Amino acid sequence: MAERTVATNGQNQSFPGREVTRSQERYVTPPVDIYETSQGLVVKADLPGVEKENLDLQVENNLLTIRAKPTEVTPGEPVYREYELVNFFRQFELNEKVDQTKISAELKHGVLTLQLPKAEEARPRKIEVRVE
Amino acid sequence: MAQWNPFEEMESLRREIDRAFEGFGGRAEPSRRVAFLPGSSPRRYPLVNIFEEGDKVNVQALTPGLDPQSLNVDIMHNRLTLSGEKIGIPGDVRPEAFHRSERASGRFVRTVDLPVEVNEQEVQAEYKNGVLLVTLPKAEKAKPKQISVKVA
Repeated sequence: MAERTVATNGQNQSFPGREVTRSQERYVTPPVDIYETSQGLVVKADLPGVEKENLDLQVENNLLTIRAKPTEVTPGEPVYREYELVNFFRQFELNEKVDQTKISAELKHGVLTLQLPKAEEARPRKIEVRVE
Repeated sequence: MAQWNPFEEMESLRREIDRAFEGFGGRAEPSRRVAFLPGSSPRRYPLVNIFEEGDKVNVQALTPGLDPQSLNVDIMHNRLTLSGEKIGIPGDVRPEAFHRSERASGRFVRTVDLPVEVNEQEVQAEYKNGVLLVTLPKAEKAKPKQISVKVA
């Protein structure tokens, strides 16, 4: 699963579907865990402060795009700051062996879990060896 | 008129020292843009923001993927302690099955010194979308008081 270039400024136009606006949009890449199970791939991403409605997942031309906008609640005047919630953006190139119609996603406690099942023909099959 | 605030002085000194030692381990100081750095330093997890709102102090911590059962918020002598456990990947996943492993997991404790005295009885905490918000009402003596000036 190869990662696509992650741009750091709005000038990079290599992303499909990322319109250029006057203000430089700021975003960070969320940390992810990706591991394989017998069923397929599991992608977990930390997206704190993101509501389900503000999460945009797309699979297009084998390109998985995670886009999320956290709702930053700032209760009062900031006294001390260690972080700032900005938009999340990350792209991965999918192997075509993923069954793109059966991808499922879950967002819980700020963690996104994506299940990317392997396509039927890519699953390991047991081959019986007959010894004669 | 500049006012000397010992709390602010101490806080800024502490921050200076933190900054000076942060370079150890070959990791640059996380910039504000970084929303979440896993395991950048165990001492600094989770990252917190502190807000002042009228007669309340709000502490916000970035804690995605916690086990809500393990989450503990304690307050003692104006010191807020957050502890809990971030859920990791199930143990039956073999190490060679990982393509990427960037999210740290495990237990954490962080202590935050509060800028004002708070009413410890009425502290509230809420965990939503991976963000913890602790609301601490200020103690009666820490609230600003209006003094009417008598004009003779």
